[in-house]
Amino acid sequence: MDAIIIETIIKAVVVLAIISALAGFGTYLERKVLAFMQRRLGPTHVGPFGLLQLAADGIKLFTKEDLIPQNANRLLFSLAPVITAATAFIALSAVPLLPEFELFGYTVKPIVADINIGVLFVIGVMGAGLYGPLLAGMSQANKWGLLGAARTTVQFLSYEVVTGLSLLAPLMIVGSLSLIDINNHQTGGLSDWILWQQPVAFVLFVIAGFAETNRTPFDLLEHEAEIVSGYVTDYSGLRWGLFFVGEYANMITIGFLASLIFLGGFNDLWFIPGWLAIILKVSFLFFFMLWTRAAWPHVRPDQLMWLCWKILMPLAIINIVITGLVMMV
Amino acid sequence: MSLEQFKDRNVGTQEYRHIQASTSPKTPMEKFTQVVKRTFSKELFVGLKVVFTQMAKGPKTWHTVKYPQEKLPIGPRYRAIHKLLKLLESGNERCIGCGLCEKICIADCIRMDTRYDENQRKEVTEYSINLGRCIFCGYCAEVCPELAIVHGPRFENASEQRAHFVIKDDMLTPVDALKHQKEFPGFGALSDDADKKVKKTPLAY
Repeated sequence: MDAIIIETIIKAVVVLAIISALAGFGTYLERKVLAFMQRRLGPTHVGPFGLLQLAADGIKLFTKEDLIPQNANRLLFSLAPVITAATAFIALSAVPLLPEFELFGYTVKPIVADINIGVLFVIGVMGAGLYGPLLAGMSQANKWGLLGAARTTVQFLSYEVVTGLSLLAPLMIVGSLSLIDINNHQTGGLSDWILWQQPVAFVLFVIAGFAETNRTPFDLLEHEAEIVSGYVTDYSGLRWGLFFVGEYANMITIGFLASLIFLGGFNDLWFIPGWLAIILKVSFLFFFMLWTRAAWPHVRPDQLMWLCWKILMPLAIINIVITGLVMMV
Repeated sequence: MSLEQFKDRNVGTQEYRHIQASTSPKTPMEKFTQVVKRTFSKELFVGLKVVFTQMAKGPKTWHTVKYPQEKLPIGPRYRAIHKLLKLLESGNERCIGCGLCEKICIADCIRMDTRYDENQRKEVTEYSINLGRCIFCGYCAEVCPELAIVHGPRFENASEQRAHFVIKDDMLTPVDALKHQKEFPGFGALSDDADKKVKKTPLAY
């Protein structure tokens, strides 16, 4: 029993350390990729290729004055960023990050908690992450913050529906909510990927994932031209950094979910070993999020709702019905 | 080319192309077909392709100039902070103290003090330009009969005091840099083919 607790704690610390470092590194990648696509250089001055820009930004965030606005609700104001960051990492705890491997003769399962309702847990905790932006916007006594929080709530809640419904069809095929079961369902290589059976669900999930991680075609929560910085308007320093890390951790989680459920997970692919395969898949999805940011303009809020309720949700339901009919016949 | 076509204000007769804005769909069916058409046309992927090709072209096509280390070349006619030049042969100042620049300066920012030296030649003792007032019109450089005051290429004039740039000793070519002094090609200077353009004065015919 003690061994399991110690193992879990070690895993949790490792996941927390690696993913938050990756989330920070993601900001560097985002700046570089966006710069290259816009024929710029991106960060170049701090360290080789600007790699230490990350450290510079970290120092800046740490040493920045921690402001709490006069009329803000202090408790909720300081709690909100923690909710965002914490839920982002808690969601990752049920995601198998790599295939099992042996370390010093001891089999390590790179998943913090192998629960049999993995998908439900991940989606649920990410949904609970909504409280971060919501409380942040409502507590800071700032109109822009409140408007940003309202937009966030509307967008996240609406697209929760699409995420859930789009995942339902592949889950019906697999017959299990455990992400490891879903992964094991696709062991037969490229042709076994659920993507080929559920292309519509994949597209819907990616669109909804973009909306839930606040990526560009749907980045209305912090749209500078309209609502300054949305729900983070009054945040500074480390609290703001926590929102940022949470957002990028969510991007990584969505990348892992899409890879595990639709793109064959960490099964070996041709000559590529499984651990490398899933890293490549997640990296590509992450890159895709940056790519679309460079290429596509974002939509208006009313178009966002129109897309969700009139297009994506009916499509998801039709997809489920057809999948069910095919499975029954 | 004459200026006729630019002076013509009658827009109706010129060749303007009217771009027909697409009509917005009216009936629900039209709206539906528009949505379907836009969804399945490849427009979104064209955007992705454009930015990716830009990235794939590599650093040679990028435009960034790393400013403090790299600078774009500046045109010879650019009018930045003034310089006072010297005679190449003797190293004496070119300025003969005529005071034309002081006189023509429309911002009234040039001040000079002169005196007669022991050879009864005019000597400039003090020369200053108030850069807080200078509008960099270039009249001083244009009026100068000796090409003594010119506009240099030094455009980075951030300092605690603007006066730092126009102390006479700073503007004047230093003695050791005399061999590097370039004849001024810019505003008010003689053009390269000035000799060819010179005509005899009418009385000499």
